[in-house]
Amino acid sequence: MANAFFANWRQNIIYIGFVVIFVVFAVTLNDKGFLNPNNLLNIVRQTAMIAVMAIAITFVLSAGEIDLSVGAVAGLTTVTVAMAISAGGPFAGVGAGIATGLAVGMFNGWLTTRIGIPSFLTTLAMMGIAKGVAMWISATAAVPILSRNYSWVFGGGNIGPVPVLLIWMVLFGCIGHLVLRRSGFGRRVLATGGGETAARYSGIDTDNIKFKVLVISSCAAAFAGMLYAGRLQSGRFQLGEGDELSVIAAAVLGGTSLFGGKGTVIGTIVGALMIGLINNGLILMGLEFSQQLIARGGIIILAVALSQKRS
Amino acid sequence: MNATIAAVRMKGISKAFGGVRALDRVDIEVLRGEVHALLGGNGAGKSTILKILNGIHRPDEGTIDVLGVPLTTHTAEASRAAGIAMNFQEMSLIPTLTVAQNIFLTRESRDRMGLIDDADAERRAAEIFALLEVAVDPKSIVADLGAGQKQLTEIAKAISRDAKVLILDEPSTALAVSDVERLFVFLRKLKSEGVAIIYVSHRMDEIARIADRATILRDGRHVITAPLSELPIDTMIEHIVGKRSKGLSDVERGTAVKGEVLLELHGVSGAHKPDNISLSLHRGEVLGLAGLLGSGRSALARVIAGIEPARAGRISVKGRPVTIRKPSDAIGAGIALVPEARATQGIIPSHSVESNMTLAVIGRLSKAGFVDGKAASDLTDTQIKRLAVKTASRDHAVSTLSGGNQQKVVIGKWLATDPDILVFDEPTAGIDIGSKSEIIRLVRELAASGKGVIMISSELSELLTACDRILVMSDGRVHQDLPRSAFDDSTVPADDTAHRLQAAEQRLQIEIQRALKAKEVPRG
Repeated sequence: MANAFFANWRQNIIYIGFVVIFVVFAVTLNDKGFLNPNNLLNIVRQTAMIAVMAIAITFVLSAGEIDLSVGAVAGLTTVTVAMAISAGGPFAGVGAGIATGLAVGMFNGWLTTRIGIPSFLTTLAMMGIAKGVAMWISATAAVPILSRNYSWVFGGGNIGPVPVLLIWMVLFGCIGHLVLRRSGFGRRVLATGGGETAARYSGIDTDNIKFKVLVISSCAAAFAGMLYAGRLQSGRFQLGEGDELSVIAAAVLGGTSLFGGKGTVIGTIVGALMIGLINNGLILMGLEFSQQLIARGGIIILAVALSQKRS
Repeated sequence: MNATIAAVRMKGISKAFGGVRALDRVDIEVLRGEVHALLGGNGAGKSTILKILNGIHRPDEGTIDVLGVPLTTHTAEASRAAGIAMNFQEMSLIPTLTVAQNIFLTRESRDRMGLIDDADAERRAAEIFALLEVAVDPKSIVADLGAGQKQLTEIAKAISRDAKVLILDEPSTALAVSDVERLFVFLRKLKSEGVAIIYVSHRMDEIARIADRATILRDGRHVITAPLSELPIDTMIEHIVGKRSKGLSDVERGTAVKGEVLLELHGVSGAHKPDNISLSLHRGEVLGLAGLLGSGRSALARVIAGIEPARAGRISVKGRPVTIRKPSDAIGAGIALVPEARATQGIIPSHSVESNMTLAVIGRLSKAGFVDGKAASDLTDTQIKRLAVKTASRDHAVSTLSGGNQQKVVIGKWLATDPDILVFDEPTAGIDIGSKSEIIRLVRELAASGKGVIMISSELSELLTACDRILVMSDGRVHQDLPRSAFDDSTVPADDTAHRLQAAEQRLQIEIQRALKAKEVPRG
């Protein structure tokens, strides 16, 4: 009985941790407006992009692969979307965004499954390529987005008090959760990461699964880029820079295994929110950026260490 | 030097693993300057006693003396310090390092600056290979070597420790006949220098040529130690097989009603093995594949299941030619493989019983892409009940189950695909005796219910209990195709089932050994 509780305690550390941190911040930072609804919605706004990418990377990690290119792909997409909007309007922008994600994802998947380069290297290289392309086509300048409608739908708008970003995040979360938990595809993803040989012996085309998760990841990164572009009404190559670390941290904090076979979309969303929460709290505390980095790293190490099962 | 001091004296060694007694008061004495064969069937306790001598396992009771000095600490380090060296059947080489780097791993040569001197290691490795009179380049990367050269590197690694006691576990498995000859020359040289050699092999003819004395174990007990001159091959086999009474002989075999041909292979070959196999499997039949490690039985199973597709030949199912290029092709054709490496090929240990059981039928259980949760649970419950899987629930991780129950999960996964043809590759490896006879019974039942079964097992008694027909394989080829009745000894009364099984096992052993020799003739 005690053992079962212990296992549960470790498994659920992310939820416990989330509540603990929230309560600590609520008490200590109350006078600084932490509990102010506007502040809480801001946390959601800042977290949405990370969450969208993290939901997709949950599939990648569950399949035993990794995608380091998500931040750079998001940045590249802000630029392609902004340029397409100024050339052909909001619909062209949406098309350009989706096309960017598909193109990068299929290239990543092709290199990983057909050429046989480990996804770690494929996507590490892609990180540089995507950023380079973004800098090149934008001549390192910000590209403004003048379409109000686009900005409202992708990032800037509110429905009543509810930010559109929150709706996107919830929508992706629901779909991601259902697909990973309940669909045949999700089962195959988990099987591929949990035991590739056994999955292959069971008739699962594991290369095809890996290809698909890498495409999903790039498309989600492109979508996050579309949100960045809408929220900031411009395309800039710097957007999304370094997000890959927050994205992977969110998934791992949430209980997804870096080694495949185990993943949870809900955990990932809570993980992403927790990172946003920590960032917000540390800013309200008045810490300098350097101190924020150190504190954030320390909290993440602590959370992951607590969730590790010792043999 | 006192010649009467034994190189190794193990007295009253017992060892149990979780209630299962692997060794029961075993005595072994190996003299200096002799090649001592250690013989026994699967599960006889050979590898356990070797692991104890090597310091990998600690004995529950008993004493070990090495050259008259008691070995009190049971660690790999202590055994090594006492002068014991062993080659490992499962390669202990690091593929990315060179041959010389592997041989001297953790004992690297140093130059005067204290830095690692690879050139010196290569020189010393070359000397060892020169002694062995084999051509292995010390500078080559292990991953680039063939199986035989890797095996020689393993042996060189063991020899390089200046061992007083050298343990060779199946050293000839991957060697060509000419290499085995060289190995023997070298072993005789070591012997004359007073090194004691413990030699483990399933190849009786080899034992007869190289060993001075032999110790035979059976079911964890010492059976006999005698000079080879008093142990002709037939006698050895008799001692190895012993009296079988462990639950298998009471499995009803019945007579199979042979139906239409389900699976037919014409001249099927793989990349390396199998080599030009033709066979037919009928409805209601259990076809056994007998042979030693590396005889191509599992390779044939992987070809049939589409894991390593055939390079040549034709396969037909129910009279229709089929193309099997990947596992899903085989599943589509109604073929299921219960693979030999359960932990990696059969199950996903961290996933639930349900996830594992439904893995091969996710598509069938899905509606519009989503898995029908109730159908999946029902299917799992049905299989759990049918196979009597002992699990706390269908949601428990398969890793929490015992070996026998894990195997049942794998079998359940494949029964869920409703196959016509089932291939069982070592289905009882590493599982307890109770589950073993359950699985053998299940194999019979499946055949009786109109399926065709191919069974691979190194436990001959199981093969003889389960099968209607047995193919004897060696070197990737089929050497004999014999009905089960060919192994019956008519002089043994029919109602003495234990005795009958034992007699049949001896005959099958002899056939397997004969197939080995058949392979050596054209080469030698």
